[in-house]
Amino acid sequence: MEKYTITALVANKSGVLTRVSGLFARRGFNIESLCVCATENKDLSRMTIVLGGDEYILAQMTKQLDKLIDVKKIALADEKLSVYRELLLVKISAPAEKRSEILEIKEIYKAKVVDLSPGSLVLEITGEPSKLNAFVKVIEPYGILELARTGTIALSRGESCLNDLVDYNESI
Amino acid sequence: MKLTGAEILIRCLKEQGVDTLFGYPGGTVLDIYDALYRDGTLRHVLTAHEQGAAHAADGYARATGKTGVCLATSGPGATNLVTGIATAYMDSVPLVAITGNVTVANLGRDSFQEVDIAGITMPITKHNYIVKDVRALADTVREAFYIAGSGRKGPVLIDIPKNIQTEVCDFEDKAPAAYTPKSVPAEKLTAVAAAIAKAKRPLIIAGGGCIRADASQNLLAFAKKIQAPVCSTLMGLGAYPASDELFLGLVGMHGTDAAAKSFRRADTILACGMRFSDRVAGDRVKFREGKTIIQFDIDTAEIDKNVRTDLSVMADMNEIFKTLTPMLEKAERKEWIKEICAYRDYEAGNFDAALPAYKILSALGGFTDADTPVATDVGQHQMWTAQYCKFEKPRTFLSSGGLGTMGFGMGAAIGACIGTGKKTVLVTGDGCFHMNLNEMSTAVKEKLPLVILLMDNRVLGMVRQWQTLFYGKRYSQTLLDGNTDFVKLAEAFGAKGLTIGGEGDILPVLREAFEAADGGPVLVDCKIGMDDKVLPMIAPGKSFDEIMTKF
Repeated sequence: MEKYTITALVANKSGVLTRVSGLFARRGFNIESLCVCATENKDLSRMTIVLGGDEYILAQMTKQLDKLIDVKKIALADEKLSVYRELLLVKISAPAEKRSEILEIKEIYKAKVVDLSPGSLVLEITGEPSKLNAFVKVIEPYGILELARTGTIALSRGESCLNDLVDYNESI
Repeated sequence: MKLTGAEILIRCLKEQGVDTLFGYPGGTVLDIYDALYRDGTLRHVLTAHEQGAAHAADGYARATGKTGVCLATSGPGATNLVTGIATAYMDSVPLVAITGNVTVANLGRDSFQEVDIAGITMPITKHNYIVKDVRALADTVREAFYIAGSGRKGPVLIDIPKNIQTEVCDFEDKAPAAYTPKSVPAEKLTAVAAAIAKAKRPLIIAGGGCIRADASQNLLAFAKKIQAPVCSTLMGLGAYPASDELFLGLVGMHGTDAAAKSFRRADTILACGMRFSDRVAGDRVKFREGKTIIQFDIDTAEIDKNVRTDLSVMADMNEIFKTLTPMLEKAERKEWIKEICAYRDYEAGNFDAALPAYKILSALGGFTDADTPVATDVGQHQMWTAQYCKFEKPRTFLSSGGLGTMGFGMGAAIGACIGTGKKTVLVTGDGCFHMNLNEMSTAVKEKLPLVILLMDNRVLGMVRQWQTLFYGKRYSQTLLDGNTDFVKLAEAFGAKGLTIGGEGDILPVLREAFEAADGGPVLVDCKIGMDDKVLPMIAPGKSFDEIMTKF
């Protein structure tokens, strides 16, 4: 199963998330992550959807989403032409004797300590999802107490913007 | 000027050219009904049940091409619309459904007759709204009509909480935003034109998209110019004149043998506003083997969804014909036309019963004209109607294709009859008729010239056919016992009831029925046999090679 990252500008209204997630559920598509945020335009939100599937599912999903009235612009964030980032917070069991080892790993991965208590610490790291996965693997043996990830967000490189695209519903 | 929300709604409906609403009043739409009453210019058809209202608005839209409107109260009123909305959605019918709801302050508190109808209808509408600010109401209604009637058409629901109907705000009339489909530049069709020129045995499959786009005339011109035979999906019937020499009839599960044979021999398939549903392309992979598949559709997501295409163009069907036909040379495909004409000599079904349904349906043409709307319910009678009635014009065959809604016909026939003002036929079965026969009261009340041909075989015929073919003749729950006296039932409603008991009755009874229908609905109980089959048949998931013409 391949992974694809789709970015979309959607109307900033209540119910839009339900429309999008409902579409995935009823068409039997699989969301790996879904990230919604405000944008520079108060009328629009930006969604980044990571989808598991094949080319057929990618094409169907993109087109089905494009048909939704509240989905204005949508495109595949091509791996080579886009920047992907994700933020991860992890709470690790860190008794005094293990702390320096963990901090060494933190240095290598350019993570940050954002909370420290006698038995644990919280690290913050941003990067491409693959880097975060590698980091989790290394840190796992120390005992992960809790973990949160934002899901991937993506922007295309260069001057082209999602907003330059045509809204399907206005193209027919 | 300052108006209440309810008044604004009525003004906006009139702005959109709405002349008729189908609906049912209730607690949360009292203000809308009051505004309707005070306005007094819109025709409101009170149905027996909200489902009937939704199907009537759908039938009205299918028959007229205009957007149908239905109106229901919150809670059960709204949920009763659901089947009708889903039916319209599957068949791309422009519909605006308006529901009342509890006040905004009471939303989300499980109030009396509160239901999240926007949530419920999300998967079966093109779009829907909950209006929470009266200032947004007018533009919401305008946008709803635009969405319902543009692109791939479909239903839109507007949920209007009760307080929004009474709150007041400024209102100004606005001309409705007309939808004009985008024209198709020639360069988008060059590859298609080349493929058509190269094709030796092209076959056109016309779908509902040809009707929704009003493309019938240009479809005819296109087929004539490229000399390609035309077959039709269930939704496409009427788009191409059945009497034309290039027409092969219905294609798919219960399509004609001629269509199946021509399909097998065709080298190029021109899919015109059809979506390769499983009832047409049972075997999605075999369907395309050895053929060039060219698909035209206004819905981007239909392209390559069910059958992978070689070429495709996403645009309005009529606009495609307008650009494409002039790009093509007049073709001569004499051998191919000769071949398909030979396939057309097709023997009628295999009916064993003393009174076969096809004889009644074949005789129907003597009492109708090319403009007569014929609605159906779902099942054997529906397929026989599709096979044996000759539809010459679009918007005359009204049937629930995608959702296959039993009980659709009664409401749809009422809507079509009211919308067109023409004598209308409903072909139904005893199973389907039982589902929504309450709408007989609506038809009688409105004095509609409606001829109901009830194919009464005392069983759920299509399910029984499958039980015969695939379930070892174990007739689980498909015997209807036939206790209903349909003639008396019609009379109880105030309609006329007649019976066709044998072949000799067909002509005289049909004549009497069509004459009597001038005074109101007439039900004709047609006592057909329970073991007649719909044939040909391609079993689900099978290809055109596996067509059964005999049983």
